[in-house]
Amino acid sequence: MQAATENVFKALSDPTRRAIFEHLSRDGEQTVHALTYRAGVSQPAVSKHLRVLKLASLVRDRREGRETHYRAQPQALAPLVDWMSLYGTFWRDRFDQLENLLKRMDK
Amino acid sequence: MTQTAPSHTLVIEREIPHSPEKIWRALTEGALIEEWLMKNDFQPIVGHRFNFRSTPVPNWDGIIDGEVLVVEPNSRLSYSWSSMGLKSVVAWTLTPTTGGTHVRMEHSGFRSNTDAAYKGANWGWQKFIGNLEGVVGGLD
Repeated sequence: MQAATENVFKALSDPTRRAIFEHLSRDGEQTVHALTYRAGVSQPAVSKHLRVLKLASLVRDRREGRETHYRAQPQALAPLVDWMSLYGTFWRDRFDQLENLLKRMDK
Repeated sequence: MTQTAPSHTLVIEREIPHSPEKIWRALTEGALIEEWLMKNDFQPIVGHRFNFRSTPVPNWDGIIDGEVLVVEPNSRLSYSWSSMGLKSVVAWTLTPTTGGTHVRMEHSGFRSNTDAAYKGANWGWQKFIGNLEGVVGGLD
């Protein structure tokens, strides 16, 4: 696996980091303070998590005065989504249901 | 590090022991479509716009927007399939056989990556798939 992809997997394997990333994806840019308030862990811990997310290109930071603002970079996830296997599973399952329906239509 | 490969096509083919006429009904009548695919307001009329609706998950509203592209009764049916900005096309072809019907479904227009490692890795990620799909689908 490519190093960049491996970093993404590592970054998202931790539930706290995943929560921070999902929070940023949903609610947009946040300061470290705001993220700390939501995460329920110490600020140094949040900062450490953010460094790991940044290494994986999942977040981008910006200094403004004394605050650092973070925003999600969800395009870093793109290589992980394999639409072919997602929809392959989906359609095979639906084909089974279609065949079941056709059998019921006989009755 | 956005990496998007050219589009791909998913093909599923099955021999089904039922007539093309009957399969056509299951593919085109709203109440029947709901039984095997999703809730919908589908009508087999070229140009008709419809939704397929499944259960929403976090970051995905569960809605697929479609437009009917091809209607040749008992033979060919095609519609567009758009979800969270990812556009694709579904095409059904029914061919009568001695024992029933050869059903071919082609779903094309995916972006996918070619690295088999990603495919393997994805199996461990099923529970995040809904979120990933929503977040990545919102990109373009």
